[in-house]
Amino acid sequence: MLYPIVVKRTLAPGVRLYEIRAPLVARKAQPGQFVIIRVNETGERIPLTIADFDREFGMITMVVQEIGFTTKTLAKMEVGDDLLDFIGPLGNPSKLPDSGTVVCIGGGVGCAPLYPQVRALGEKGVNVITIVGARSAENLILTRELGRYSKELHITTDDGSEGRKGFVSDVLKELIEKGTPIDEVIAIGPMIMMKVVSGVTKQYAIPTVISLNSLMVDGTGMCGSCRVTVGGVTKFACVDGPEFDAHQIDFDEQMKRSAVYRDQEAKALERLNCGCRNGH
Amino acid sequence: MSDKPKKKPLVKLKRPMPEQDPHARVGNFNEVALGYAAEDAIAEAGRCLHCKDAPCKQGCPVEVDIPEFISEIIEGRFDEAADVIRLKNNLPAICGRVCPQESQCEKFCLMGKKFEPVAIGRLERFVADYALEKEQSEESPVKSADGQGRRVAVVGSGPAGLTCAADLARMGYQVTIFEALHKPGGVLVYGIPEFRLPKQVVQAEIEYVQSLGVEIKVNMVIGKTLSVDELLGEFEFDAVFIGTGAGAPRFMCIPGENLNGVYSANEFLTRANLMKAYLFPEYATPIRVGRRVAVVGAGNVALDAARTALRLGAESVSIVYRRSREEMPARLEEFLHAEEEGIEFNFLRNPVRIIGDDRGWVTGMECIRMTLGEPDDSGRCSPVCVEESNFEMKVDTVVIAIGQSPNPLVGRTTPGLEIGRRGTIVANEETGQTSREGVFAGGDIVTGAATVILAMGAGKKAARTIDAHLKEG
Ligand SMILES: Cc1cc2nc3c(=O)[nH]c(=O)nc-3n(C[C@H](O)[C@H](O)[C@H](O)COP(=O)(O)OP(=O)(O)OC[C@H]3O[C@@H](n4cnc5c(N)ncnc54)[C@H](O)[C@@H]3O)c2cc1C
Ligand SMILES: Cc1cc2nc3c(=O)[nH]c(=O)nc-3n(C[C@H](O)[C@H](O)[C@H](O)COP(=O)(O)OP(=O)(O)OC[C@H]3O[C@@H](n4cnc5c(N)ncnc54)[C@H](O)[C@@H]3O)c2cc1C
Ligand code: SF4
Ligand code: SF4
Ligand code: FES
Repeated sequence: MLYPIVVKRTLAPGVRLYEIRAPLVARKAQPGQFVIIRVNETGERIPLTIADFDREFGMITMVVQEIGFTTKTLAKMEVGDDLLDFIGPLGNPSKLPDSGTVVCIGGGVGCAPLYPQVRALGEKGVNVITIVGARSAENLILTRELGRYSKELHITTDDGSEGRKGFVSDVLKELIEKGTPIDEVIAIGPMIMMKVVSGVTKQYAIPTVISLNSLMVDGTGMCGSCRVTVGGVTKFACVDGPEFDAHQIDFDEQMKRSAVYRDQEAKALERLNCGCRNGH
Repeated sequence: MSDKPKKKPLVKLKRPMPEQDPHARVGNFNEVALGYAAEDAIAEAGRCLHCKDAPCKQGCPVEVDIPEFISEIIEGRFDEAADVIRLKNNLPAICGRVCPQESQCEKFCLMGKKFEPVAIGRLERFVADYALEKEQSEESPVKSADGQGRRVAVVGSGPAGLTCAADLARMGYQVTIFEALHKPGGVLVYGIPEFRLPKQVVQAEIEYVQSLGVEIKVNMVIGKTLSVDELLGEFEFDAVFIGTGAGAPRFMCIPGENLNGVYSANEFLTRANLMKAYLFPEYATPIRVGRRVAVVGAGNVALDAARTALRLGAESVSIVYRRSREEMPARLEEFLHAEEEGIEFNFLRNPVRIIGDDRGWVTGMECIRMTLGEPDDSGRCSPVCVEESNFEMKVDTVVIAIGQSPNPLVGRTTPGLEIGRRGTIVANEETGQTSREGVFAGGDIVTGAATVILAMGAGKKAARTIDAHLKEG
């Protein structure tokens, strides 16, 4: 079985949305889960969050940031091309509250996995306050969609080109200091953003959930590549997560672990850029 | 062929098998043991005494008719020899290479009482390779009509699943295998390295199973993509066999295990074998092997990881094992090969801590010396720490190969399936029957990590029970 790209759309520079036909995955997909894809025979298995799904048409949506060899190879594929492997839905679905006020924080491409959660919360009638952040106005994605299901939408950019200048954590701090009653925070984005957010909410003892982007191979609990220390105990992000209680996570360890293959990744990318045998 | 006289002089030693030179082979991933030529096989077969009660047979978990196939070899009838083996063993090219023969068939060989046993494994390998090369499987095998088109789902495509599927297909059932990874074969493809079991051999055996009519669906994580209940329900399978293996890596739970440069053997071998990281960057999956590698454990998995590390360019590779050489669970041949290749063996040592730098990379491993105490329940001497004998090994990569546990995914998502203490699925070892009606299990998922041939044996027994069960129902 092959998995065709049915829709491909650019959301921001280097960020594209793909809809892939994979009926069996769509049948079961839930917010918070992810898939593992392999683009071609020589390809790496990489994890991507399910940003949306359509059970009726058997479609899975993913939003992908082009940062390295595999994501850039994917970017060269067109509608009608097939992904060789598409495995999922993996990981545990998000445990979303049924009431109260939830602050949802998305950093960069993290807004994509955040979206189905915001939508599900909004549809349940939960009071959703969404904060999105990006480097610059052009890097913001899905703000309209997120706004639709949120009571409040705050935008921050590092350079002040849209919304307020600063970081998502600044807005969060303000909300807390203003006395907004917050029952839970959900944060998805770069590790450093999640670490800072977690630091803020820990001070105020606000329950906080983050979604980890560990390095993965199989995604089914077989390799241990995705291990993370949670509350002093080793967990596997693929089967025990990918969402965890932020206050229990050893973020520094995770940031170090994500650098394991930095040298090799640079080498792989060089090969892609030199134009020889692209993507093969 | 020579017409040998019936009474022939005893040849005391096994005919050696040609091998790649140790110096050359550590620089490549090609198979180490090159296999017999026809004249080697005939000569080695000639050592068999054709014992009436064939004690060798009782050592083989799937009861291959050993003297019978050896007789065919002596006559030069290799196709017939292959048929004899295939009657009992669907994956002979694999078993001939990876069975721990010294503790199975060859252990019971009468020749072995005084001299070296007949090289049954090497002969089996020769015959199977011969048959595969001739693509003998072309003529589509005869199927009995017994199955009456009933459908059986097999979860997992390791030796247990492949064997169960092949046997059921031969009985006329419609069999579909569901495999979580993108390639079928289980440990045979993701674990055991190319230099010990060429993937082409595994591929050929899988194609043989497919030629029997078995359909293999990859990328299907049962428990996630589909559940066992869905297979039996809306997907209308009449029975399910679970052969999901023992794929979850164990760690030691010592400080420093999450440092960069610490791998589980599963991750290390999966990257190297399944993902072909040894061909990086042509293949996109990276692997990082430092200059000095320590591998913890001394089973087949540990030796495979150690020899892989050497081939990936490590300058020195040490095995660290808490018991002594005698207790080492690896196949004898692998141990000898590893030693020849320059792997260092540190017996009676146990890691207590992995040491890292401030960027999170491994720089060393602190170990403690061990001594053997009283024998435990399993009859093995349990190792005891020698107080204050700690020392540090300077290493930059640590591969942990202290065993695998069953993956809990299927158990967790199948209501009513009884799970044992160590996470295994509880099943009758003779029949494969689990606590759920219509659900059978076998292989490492039931026994915990064991061997290829035992997993196959379990697949075979389960196929028989499933057949009986479906005929009744
Ligand atoms: C559960 C999960 C869900 C994810 N969901 C998404 C998603 O929805 N959209 C998306 O764009 N990305 C997502 N990622 C990250 C994505 O898997 C990586 O970006 C991808 O593997 C990079 O592959 P590459 O070959 O293009 O880059 P590489 O060359 O492998 O990496 C380039 C750079 O990215 C870093 N990196 C590598 N792998 C990861 C990773 N797994 N997470 C974070 N950084 C990484 C490297 O350290 C390096 O600096 C997710 C990761 C996980 C574990
Ligand atoms: C590195 C290594 C070297 C070894 N060397 C030897 C040797 O020399 N000799 C020997 O006899 N034995 C050896 N063994 C042991 C032997 O390989 C195993 O005992 C044997 O493979 C077990 O077979 P199995 O069919 O039970 O499981 P496996 O071979 O583990 O196959 C299980 C399959 O099920 C799949 N699966 C798991 N969960 C799911 C799910 N939820 N849905 C769908 N599919 C799933 C897995 O991906 C896998 O493909 C070795 C093992 C390893 C790891
Ligand atoms: S299957 Fe294994 S144990 Fe049986 S005869 Fe062959 S090599 Fe020996
Ligand atoms: S026990 Fe050894 S010598 Fe006797 S039949 Fe078996 S293989 Fe031949
Ligand atoms: S990705 Fe392999 S265990 Fe999680």
